Amino acid sequence: MTTTAGSAERLPPALRTEALEQLLTERGLIDPKAMNGLITTYETNIGPLNGAKVVARAWTDPEYRRRLLEDGTAAIDELGFGGFQGEHIVVVENTATSHNVVVCTLCSCYPWPVLGLPPSWYKDPAYRARVVKEPRAVLSEMGLELADDVRITVHDSTSEVRWLVLPEQPPGTEHLTEEELVPLVTRDAMVGVAKVAAP
Amino acid sequence: MDGIADMGGAPGWGSVHPPRQDEPVFSQPWEGRAFALAILSNRASGGNLDSFRHALERLDRAHYIDDGYYGRWLNAGELRLLDSAVLAPGAVDARARNLRGEHVEEPPVPEPAKPDYAPTADGTLRCLATAPAFAVGERVRARDMSPAGHTRLPRYVRGRIGVVDIIQPAGVLPDSNAHFLGENPQYVYSVRFDSHDMWGADAEPFELTVDMFESYLETPS
Repeated sequence: MTTTAGSAERLPPALRTEALEQLLTERGLIDPKAMNGLITTYETNIGPLNGAKVVARAWTDPEYRRRLLEDGTAAIDELGFGGFQGEHIVVVENTATSHNVVVCTLCSCYPWPVLGLPPSWYKDPAYRARVVKEPRAVLSEMGLELADDVRITVHDSTSEVRWLVLPEQPPGTEHLTEEELVPLVTRDAMVGVAKVAAP
Repeated sequence: MDGIADMGGAPGWGSVHPPRQDEPVFSQPWEGRAFALAILSNRASGGNLDSFRHALERLDRAHYIDDGYYGRWLNAGELRLLDSAVLAPGAVDARARNLRGEHVEEPPVPEPAKPDYAPTADGTLRCLATAPAFAVGERVRARDMSPAGHTRLPRYVRGRIGVVDIIQPAGVLPDSNAHFLGENPQYVYSVRFDSHDMWGADAEPFELTVDMFESYLETPS
Protein backbone atom coordinates (compact mmCIF):
# COMPACT_ATOMS: atom_id res chain seq x y z
CA MET A 1 0.00 0.00 0.00
CA THR A 2 1.36 3.36 -0.97
CA THR A 3 1.87 5.78 1.85
CA THR A 4 3.67 9.05 2.26
CA ALA A 5 5.71 7.83 5.19
CA GLY A 6 9.47 7.87 5.21
CA SER A 7 10.04 7.23 8.88
CA ALA A 8 8.51 5.15 11.62
CA GLU A 9 7.54 8.03 13.87
CA ARG A 10 4.38 9.86 12.84
CA LEU A 11 4.91 13.58 13.01
CA PRO A 12 1.95 15.78 13.95
CA PRO A 13 -0.01 17.04 10.93
CA ALA A 14 0.24 20.66 12.07
CA LEU A 15 4.04 20.45 11.89
CA ARG A 16 3.98 18.62 8.55
CA THR A 17 1.60 21.25 7.17
CA GLU A 18 4.06 23.98 8.09
CA ALA A 19 6.91 22.00 6.53
CA LEU A 20 5.08 21.43 3.26
CA GLU A 21 4.00 25.06 3.04
CA GLN A 22 7.59 26.18 3.56
CA LEU A 23 9.00 23.75 0.97
CA LEU A 24 6.53 24.83 -1.72
CA THR A 25 6.70 28.53 -0.94
CA GLU A 26 10.48 28.75 -1.04
CA ARG A 27 10.49 27.10 -4.48
CA GLY A 28 7.79 29.48 -5.71
CA LEU A 29 5.42 26.58 -6.38
CA ILE A 30 2.53 28.10 -4.47
CA ASP A 31 1.38 31.67 -4.15
CA PRO A 32 0.77 32.65 -0.49
CA LYS A 33 -1.99 34.97 -1.68
CA ALA A 34 -3.83 32.09 -3.39
CA MET A 35 -3.38 30.04 -0.25
CA ASN A 36 -4.86 32.69 2.03
CA GLY A 37 -7.60 33.41 -0.50
CA LEU A 38 -8.76 29.79 -0.42
CA ILE A 39 -8.83 29.72 3.36
CA THR A 40 -10.77 32.99 3.66
CA THR A 41 -13.23 31.98 0.96
CA TYR A 42 -14.29 28.80 2.70
CA GLU A 43 -13.86 29.94 6.29
CA THR A 44 -15.78 33.20 5.86
CA ASN A 45 -17.47 33.81 2.52
CA ILE A 46 -19.06 30.54 1.37
CA GLY A 47 -21.23 28.66 3.84
CA PRO A 48 -24.73 27.42 4.62
CA LEU A 49 -26.13 30.96 4.59
CA ASN A 50 -26.09 30.67 0.79
CA GLY A 51 -28.24 27.56 0.88
CA ALA A 52 -30.56 29.15 3.46
CA LYS A 53 -31.22 32.01 1.05
CA VAL A 54 -32.12 29.50 -1.67
CA VAL A 55 -34.51 27.66 0.66
CA ALA A 56 -36.17 30.83 1.98
CA ARG A 57 -36.71 32.03 -1.59
CA ALA A 58 -38.28 28.69 -2.51
CA TRP A 59 -40.60 28.81 0.50
CA THR A 60 -41.90 32.28 -0.38
CA ASP A 61 -41.91 32.17 -4.18
CA PRO A 62 -43.78 29.19 -5.72
CA GLU A 63 -42.44 29.95 -9.20
CA TYR A 64 -38.85 29.91 -7.89
CA ARG A 65 -39.54 26.68 -6.01
CA ARG A 66 -40.78 25.08 -9.24
CA ARG A 67 -37.64 26.18 -11.10
CA LEU A 68 -35.40 25.03 -8.24
CA LEU A 69 -36.82 21.50 -8.24
CA GLU A 70 -36.73 21.36 -12.04
CA ASP A 71 -33.19 22.70 -12.57
CA GLY A 72 -31.39 23.26 -9.28
CA THR A 73 -28.14 24.53 -10.80
CA ALA A 74 -29.87 27.27 -12.84
CA ALA A 75 -32.18 28.38 -10.01
CA ILE A 76 -29.29 28.53 -7.54
CA ASP A 77 -27.28 30.50 -10.08
CA GLU A 78 -30.09 33.10 -10.11
CA LEU A 79 -29.02 33.96 -6.54
CA GLY A 80 -25.38 34.14 -7.62
CA PHE A 81 -24.20 30.81 -6.22
CA GLY A 82 -22.36 28.12 -8.17
CA GLY A 83 -18.95 26.91 -9.24
CA PHE A 84 -16.44 24.48 -7.78
CA GLN A 85 -18.08 21.39 -6.26
CA GLY A 86 -21.44 22.66 -7.48
CA GLU A 87 -21.35 22.21 -11.25
CA HIS A 88 -24.62 20.30 -11.26
CA ILE A 89 -26.88 20.54 -8.22
CA VAL A 90 -30.06 18.50 -7.90
CA VAL A 91 -32.58 19.72 -5.31
CA VAL A 92 -34.90 17.20 -3.64
CA GLU A 93 -37.84 18.15 -1.50
CA ASN A 94 -38.64 16.86 1.97
CA THR A 95 -42.33 16.66 2.89
CA ALA A 96 -44.44 15.19 5.68
CA THR A 97 -44.32 11.79 3.96
CA SER A 98 -41.04 11.78 2.01
CA HIS A 99 -37.58 12.36 3.46
CA ASN A 100 -34.29 12.74 1.57
CA VAL A 101 -30.84 12.53 3.14
CA VAL A 102 -27.45 12.98 1.47
CA VAL A 103 -24.08 11.26 1.95
CA CYS A 104 -20.83 10.61 0.12
CA THR A 105 -19.66 7.11 1.01
CA LEU A 106 -16.43 7.40 -1.04
CA CYS A 107 -15.05 10.68 0.31
CA SER A 108 -17.11 13.63 1.56
CA CYS A 109 -18.52 15.24 -1.58
CA TYR A 110 -20.78 18.11 -0.60
CA PRO A 111 -22.37 21.08 -2.43
CA TRP A 112 -19.75 23.68 -1.49
CA PRO A 113 -21.31 26.73 -3.23
CA VAL A 114 -24.49 26.48 -1.15
CA LEU A 115 -23.31 24.80 2.07
CA GLY A 116 -19.58 25.52 2.32
CA LEU A 117 -17.23 22.82 3.56
CA PRO A 118 -18.81 19.78 5.22
CA PRO A 119 -19.21 19.54 9.01
CA SER A 120 -17.39 16.85 10.98
CA TRP A 121 -20.40 14.55 11.31
CA TYR A 122 -20.72 14.37 7.51
CA LYS A 123 -17.07 13.29 7.21
CA ASP A 124 -17.34 10.79 10.06
CA PRO A 125 -16.75 7.17 8.92
CA ALA A 126 -19.74 6.05 11.00
CA TYR A 127 -22.09 8.35 9.05
CA ARG A 128 -20.57 7.45 5.68
CA ALA A 129 -20.69 3.73 6.38
CA ARG A 130 -24.09 3.45 8.03
CA VAL A 131 -26.52 5.95 6.51
CA VAL A 132 -26.73 3.90 3.27
CA LYS A 133 -27.54 0.78 5.27
CA GLU A 134 -29.68 1.88 8.23
CA PRO A 135 -30.73 5.51 7.68
CA ARG A 136 -33.59 5.44 10.15
CA ALA A 137 -31.29 4.29 12.96
CA VAL A 138 -28.65 6.86 12.00
CA LEU A 139 -31.14 9.74 11.85
CA SER A 140 -32.51 8.69 15.22
CA GLU A 141 -29.01 8.78 16.75
CA MET A 142 -28.64 12.27 15.30
CA GLY A 143 -31.85 13.38 16.97
CA LEU A 144 -34.32 13.05 14.10
CA GLU A 145 -37.17 10.61 14.68
CA LEU A 146 -39.24 9.94 11.57
CA ALA A 147 -42.69 8.33 11.63
CA ASP A 148 -42.85 4.78 10.28
CA ASP A 149 -44.85 5.81 7.23
CA VAL A 150 -42.26 8.38 6.06
CA ARG A 151 -40.52 7.16 2.91
CA ILE A 152 -36.75 7.64 3.16
CA THR A 153 -34.46 8.11 0.15
CA VAL A 154 -30.70 8.25 0.67
CA HIS A 155 -28.59 9.92 -2.03
CA ASP A 156 -24.98 8.74 -2.32
CA SER A 157 -22.90 11.49 -4.02
CA THR A 158 -20.62 9.24 -6.05
CA SER A 159 -20.23 11.46 -9.13
CA GLU A 160 -19.96 15.23 -9.62
CA VAL A 161 -23.73 15.56 -9.09
CA ARG A 162 -24.36 17.40 -5.84
CA TRP A 163 -27.57 17.03 -3.84
CA LEU A 164 -29.32 19.73 -1.81
CA VAL A 165 -32.38 19.06 0.34
CA LEU A 166 -35.23 21.57 0.30
CA PRO A 167 -36.53 21.14 3.86
CA GLU A 168 -40.20 21.30 4.76
CA GLN A 169 -41.25 24.77 5.88
CA PRO A 170 -42.18 24.58 9.58
CA PRO A 171 -45.87 25.09 10.28
CA GLY A 172 -46.80 28.50 11.63
CA THR A 173 -44.13 30.37 9.64
CA GLU A 174 -46.24 31.11 6.56
CA HIS A 175 -46.59 34.78 7.55
CA LEU A 176 -42.81 35.34 7.77
CA THR A 177 -40.91 37.16 5.04
CA GLU A 178 -38.06 35.65 3.04
CA GLU A 179 -35.55 37.63 5.13
CA GLU A 180 -37.14 36.40 8.36
CA LEU A 181 -37.06 32.79 7.18
CA VAL A 182 -33.37 32.73 6.17
CA PRO A 183 -31.96 32.45 9.75
CA LEU A 184 -34.28 29.52 10.54
CA VAL A 185 -32.78 27.28 7.83
CA THR A 186 -29.96 25.09 9.11
CA ARG A 187 -27.13 23.31 7.34
CA ASP A 188 -28.27 19.99 8.82
CA ALA A 189 -31.79 20.37 7.41
CA MET A 190 -30.34 21.03 3.95
CA VAL A 191 -28.45 17.69 4.12
CA GLY A 192 -31.50 15.92 5.51
CA VAL A 193 -30.44 14.97 9.05
CA ALA A 194 -32.72 17.50 10.75
CA LYS A 195 -35.95 19.40 10.23
CA VAL A 196 -36.29 23.15 10.34
CA ALA A 197 -37.90 24.27 13.57
CA ALA A 198 -40.29 27.20 13.91
CA PRO A 199 -38.81 30.13 15.87
CA MET B 1 -9.57 0.43 -6.32
CA ASP B 2 -10.77 -1.22 -3.14
CA GLY B 3 -9.49 0.82 -0.24
CA ILE B 4 -10.39 2.25 3.11
CA ALA B 5 -12.06 5.27 1.48
CA ASP B 6 -14.90 3.09 0.17
CA MET B 7 -16.92 3.03 3.39
CA GLY B 8 -20.55 2.41 2.36
CA GLY B 9 -22.01 -0.40 4.46
CA ALA B 10 -18.74 -1.15 6.27
CA PRO B 11 -19.34 -2.43 9.81
CA GLY B 12 -17.50 -1.49 12.98
CA TRP B 13 -17.52 2.32 12.97
CA GLY B 14 -19.81 2.71 15.96
CA SER B 15 -22.31 5.46 16.68
CA VAL B 16 -22.67 8.62 14.66
CA HIS B 17 -22.10 11.95 16.33
CA PRO B 18 -24.98 14.38 16.69
CA PRO B 19 -24.35 17.67 14.85
CA ARG B 20 -22.91 20.65 16.72
CA GLN B 21 -24.21 24.03 15.68
CA ASP B 22 -21.16 26.00 16.82
CA GLU B 23 -18.54 23.94 15.00
CA PRO B 24 -15.92 26.11 13.28
CA VAL B 25 -15.08 25.39 9.62
CA PHE B 26 -11.51 24.60 10.64
CA SER B 27 -11.12 23.47 14.24
CA GLN B 28 -7.44 24.50 14.27
CA PRO B 29 -5.56 26.96 12.05
CA TRP B 30 -3.38 24.23 10.49
CA GLU B 31 -6.48 22.55 9.10
CA GLY B 32 -7.30 25.55 6.94
CA ARG B 33 -3.70 25.67 5.72
CA ALA B 34 -3.71 21.93 5.00
CA PHE B 35 -6.98 22.31 3.06
CA ALA B 36 -5.56 25.07 0.84
CA LEU B 37 -2.17 23.34 0.55
CA ALA B 38 -3.77 20.11 -0.63
CA ILE B 39 -5.60 21.90 -3.45
CA LEU B 40 -2.50 23.86 -4.46
CA SER B 41 -0.22 20.81 -4.15
CA ASN B 42 -2.44 18.80 -6.48
CA ARG B 43 -2.34 21.73 -8.91
CA ALA B 44 1.45 22.00 -8.62
CA SER B 45 1.72 18.27 -9.31
CA GLY B 46 -0.11 18.69 -12.63
CA GLY B 47 -3.07 16.72 -11.27
CA ASN B 48 -6.83 16.93 -11.54
CA LEU B 49 -9.76 16.39 -9.19
CA ASP B 50 -9.81 12.66 -9.89
CA SER B 51 -6.09 12.17 -9.37
CA PHE B 52 -6.51 13.88 -6.00
CA ARG B 53 -9.36 11.58 -5.00
CA HIS B 54 -7.26 8.62 -6.16
CA ALA B 55 -4.44 9.83 -3.92
CA LEU B 56 -6.90 9.91 -1.01
CA GLU B 57 -8.02 6.34 -1.67
CA ARG B 58 -4.41 5.11 -1.90
CA LEU B 59 -3.67 6.20 1.66
CA ASP B 60 -3.32 3.44 4.19
CA ARG B 61 -5.42 3.31 7.33
CA ALA B 62 -3.11 5.47 9.45
CA HIS B 63 -2.69 8.18 6.82
CA TYR B 64 -6.41 8.13 6.04
CA ILE B 65 -7.78 8.13 9.59
CA ASP B 66 -5.25 9.15 12.23
CA ASP B 67 -4.55 12.72 11.11
CA GLY B 68 -8.24 13.59 10.71
CA TYR B 69 -9.99 14.89 7.62
CA TYR B 70 -7.62 17.71 6.74
CA GLY B 71 -4.61 15.61 7.71
CA ARG B 72 -5.89 13.15 5.10
CA TRP B 73 -6.02 15.97 2.56
CA LEU B 74 -2.48 16.99 3.47
CA ASN B 75 -1.27 13.41 3.04
CA ALA B 76 -2.99 13.09 -0.35
CA GLY B 77 -1.51 16.41 -1.50
CA GLU B 78 1.95 15.21 -0.49
CA LEU B 79 1.38 11.90 -2.28
CA ARG B 80 0.50 13.80 -5.49
CA LEU B 81 3.75 15.76 -5.19
CA LEU B 82 5.69 12.50 -4.75
CA ASP B 83 3.87 10.99 -7.78
CA SER B 84 5.08 13.89 -9.92
CA ALA B 85 8.53 14.01 -8.30
CA VAL B 86 7.99 17.64 -7.32
CA LEU B 87 9.06 16.51 -3.86
CA ALA B 88 11.46 13.77 -2.86
CA PRO B 89 10.31 11.01 -0.51
CA GLY B 90 10.99 12.08 3.05
CA ALA B 91 11.30 15.78 2.19
CA VAL B 92 8.33 16.89 4.27
CA ASP B 93 9.29 14.83 7.30
CA ALA B 94 12.90 16.07 7.13
CA ARG B 95 11.78 19.70 6.97
CA ALA B 96 9.31 19.11 9.80
CA ARG B 97 12.10 17.72 11.98
CA ASN B 98 14.31 20.68 11.22
CA LEU B 99 11.42 23.01 12.08
CA ARG B 100 11.29 21.49 15.55
CA GLY B 101 15.01 21.95 16.09
CA GLU B 102 16.55 18.72 14.85
CA HIS B 103 19.35 18.80 12.32
CA VAL B 104 18.60 16.26 9.61
CA GLU B 105 19.72 16.26 6.02
CA GLU B 106 16.98 17.07 3.55
CA PRO B 107 16.83 15.06 0.31
CA PRO B 108 17.80 16.90 -2.89
CA VAL B 109 15.01 18.27 -5.10
CA PRO B 110 14.28 15.63 -7.78
CA GLU B 111 13.68 16.17 -11.48
CA PRO B 112 9.89 16.69 -11.73
CA ALA B 113 7.94 14.22 -13.87
CA LYS B 114 4.51 15.75 -14.21
CA PRO B 115 1.82 13.98 -16.25
CA ASP B 116 1.34 14.95 -19.87
CA TYR B 117 -2.15 16.20 -19.22
CA ALA B 118 -4.45 19.11 -19.98
CA PRO B 119 -8.24 19.16 -19.57
CA THR B 120 -10.30 19.70 -22.74
CA ALA B 121 -12.50 22.24 -20.94
CA ASP B 122 -13.09 23.75 -17.50
CA GLY B 123 -14.80 21.68 -14.87
CA THR B 124 -15.91 18.06 -15.20
CA LEU B 125 -19.13 18.27 -17.24
CA ARG B 126 -18.94 17.55 -20.98
CA CYS B 127 -21.46 17.63 -23.84
CA LEU B 128 -21.88 14.39 -25.75
CA ALA B 129 -23.19 14.06 -29.30
CA THR B 130 -24.41 10.54 -28.59
CA ALA B 131 -27.63 9.57 -26.79
CA PRO B 132 -27.66 7.91 -23.36
CA ALA B 133 -27.54 4.10 -23.50
CA PHE B 134 -30.12 3.66 -20.73
CA ALA B 135 -33.55 5.24 -20.29
CA VAL B 136 -35.37 6.53 -17.22
CA GLY B 137 -37.30 3.64 -15.68
CA GLU B 138 -35.00 0.99 -17.17
CA ARG B 139 -33.66 -1.78 -14.94
CA VAL B 140 -29.86 -1.78 -14.80
CA ARG B 141 -27.22 -3.69 -12.91
CA ALA B 142 -24.06 -2.18 -11.47
CA ARG B 143 -21.16 -4.18 -12.87
CA ASP B 144 -19.39 -6.47 -10.47
CA MET B 145 -15.89 -5.18 -11.03
CA SER B 146 -12.94 -4.42 -8.82
CA PRO B 147 -10.51 -2.31 -10.85
CA ALA B 148 -6.93 -1.89 -9.67
CA GLY B 149 -7.05 1.84 -10.43
CA HIS B 150 -9.41 4.61 -9.45
CA THR B 151 -13.16 4.14 -9.60
CA ARG B 152 -16.26 5.84 -8.22
CA LEU B 153 -18.29 2.65 -8.19
CA PRO B 154 -18.72 1.75 -4.52
CA ARG B 155 -18.28 -1.87 -3.50
CA TYR B 156 -21.67 -2.13 -1.81
CA VAL B 157 -23.54 -1.47 -5.06
CA ARG B 158 -21.60 -3.84 -7.34
CA GLY B 159 -23.78 -6.57 -8.85
CA ARG B 160 -27.01 -4.96 -7.55
CA ILE B 161 -30.03 -4.23 -9.74
CA GLY B 162 -31.86 -0.92 -9.64
CA VAL B 163 -33.91 1.41 -11.84
CA VAL B 164 -32.68 4.52 -13.65
CA ASP B 165 -34.21 7.49 -11.85
CA ILE B 166 -32.50 10.50 -13.48
CA ILE B 167 -30.16 10.83 -16.46
CA GLN B 168 -27.60 13.41 -15.32
CA PRO B 169 -25.27 15.46 -17.56
CA ALA B 170 -22.24 13.66 -18.97
CA GLY B 171 -18.92 14.12 -17.21
CA VAL B 172 -15.31 13.01 -17.43
CA LEU B 173 -14.82 9.42 -16.34
CA PRO B 174 -12.83 9.40 -13.08
CA ASP B 175 -11.48 5.90 -13.78
CA SER B 176 -9.40 7.09 -16.74
CA ASN B 177 -9.03 10.78 -15.90
CA ALA B 178 -7.42 10.05 -12.52
CA HIS B 179 -4.62 8.24 -14.36
CA PHE B 180 -4.34 10.88 -17.14
CA LEU B 181 -5.56 8.30 -19.66
CA GLY B 182 -8.20 10.54 -21.21
CA GLU B 183 -11.46 12.16 -20.18
CA ASN B 184 -13.67 9.49 -21.78
CA PRO B 185 -16.83 11.47 -20.91
CA GLN B 186 -19.97 9.47 -20.20
CA TYR B 187 -23.54 10.05 -19.08
CA VAL B 188 -24.17 9.71 -15.36
CA TYR B 189 -27.26 7.90 -14.10
CA SER B 190 -28.89 8.27 -10.71
CA VAL B 191 -30.02 4.70 -10.15
CA ARG B 192 -32.62 3.95 -7.49
CA PHE B 193 -32.23 0.80 -5.40
CA ASP B 194 -34.56 -0.83 -2.93
CA SER B 195 -32.91 -1.39 0.45
CA HIS B 196 -33.96 -5.05 0.48
CA ASP B 197 -32.26 -5.71 -2.86
CA MET B 198 -29.15 -4.12 -1.41
CA TRP B 199 -29.04 -5.40 2.16
CA GLY B 200 -31.43 -8.33 2.34
CA ALA B 201 -34.89 -9.10 3.69
CA ASP B 202 -34.21 -7.79 7.20
CA ALA B 203 -33.05 -4.34 6.08
CA GLU B 204 -34.84 -1.14 7.05
CA PRO B 205 -37.31 -0.20 4.29
CA PHE B 206 -35.90 2.72 2.28
CA GLU B 207 -34.63 3.65 -1.15
CA LEU B 208 -31.15 4.67 -2.18
CA THR B 209 -29.83 6.48 -5.24
CA VAL B 210 -26.26 6.04 -6.44
CA ASP B 211 -24.81 8.17 -9.26
CA MET B 212 -23.00 5.99 -11.78
CA PHE B 213 -21.14 6.51 -15.03
CA GLU B 214 -22.50 4.64 -18.04
CA SER B 215 -19.68 2.08 -18.18
CA TYR B 216 -20.46 1.06 -14.58
CA LEU B 217 -23.85 -0.25 -15.73
CA GLU B 218 -25.13 -3.19 -17.75
CA THR B 219 -28.51 -4.62 -18.73
CA PRO B 220 -29.47 -7.44 -16.35
CA SER B 221 -29.76 -10.80 -18.11
